[in-house]
Amino acid sequence: MIWELELVIYLFLLISAIVALEVKDLLVAVVMTTVFSFLMALLFVAMGAIDVGFTEAVIGAGVSGVLYVVVIYQTTRHSND
Amino acid sequence: MRHQDESPIVLLGSRLLTPYIMLFGWYVIFFGHYSPGGGFQGGTLLAASVLLIRISGGRRVSRLQIQEFATTPLAVIGVIIYFATGLVAMLMGGYFLDYELLPFTGMEPAMVRYWGILIIEVGIGLAVMAILVMIYDNMVKGEDYA
Repeated sequence: MIWELELVIYLFLLISAIVALEVKDLLVAVVMTTVFSFLMALLFVAMGAIDVGFTEAVIGAGVSGVLYVVVIYQTTRHSND
Repeated sequence: MRHQDESPIVLLGSRLLTPYIMLFGWYVIFFGHYSPGGGFQGGTLLAASVLLIRISGGRRVSRLQIQEFATTPLAVIGVIIYFATGLVAMLMGGYFLDYELLPFTGMEPAMVRYWGILIIEVGIGLAVMAILVMIYDNMVKGEDYA
């Protein structure tokens, strides 16, 4: 793997993790954790663990995002405006 | 949360995307011995396609696909497929999940092992899909988010 590309992926990983921790809106945080796990899957594939990367892409970027969104909808107050 | 109307564009997009995700899930399950993937990843892809329709269409649309009462029997069927294959190999005199001893007549041992792994993978995929959909159904508790 080209090491410059991996460096760019690592930088985006750090940026998405910091944004997910610091942002106020919870939906933005969920999207940022999804971006984080997708970049993590790219890094796993770059390191040669294709099976782990595939699982991370499917679970982290697919199903857990949906479950997080459901949790946010369940825990926020419903107002009728 | 703001009240959200049903969006036909989101529903149409997910209806367009869902069959291909499901087909790719079955591909991942059935080609698990040649390529990366297997029962767990394929089952999660199937669950992702079902959840996409559920989260974009609500109960009115997802009632047509997999109903809520059908998830528990599907998971049980998947687990039974897994354990029945293992226990049949055990009854034939081998260890648990010893694929060589499965009672397929007229096949060489490599092909018997191939079919045994395929049956196991289908069981795992079915159980994973049904349980992930069941977790979503129990989390929303019958409310609609579409």
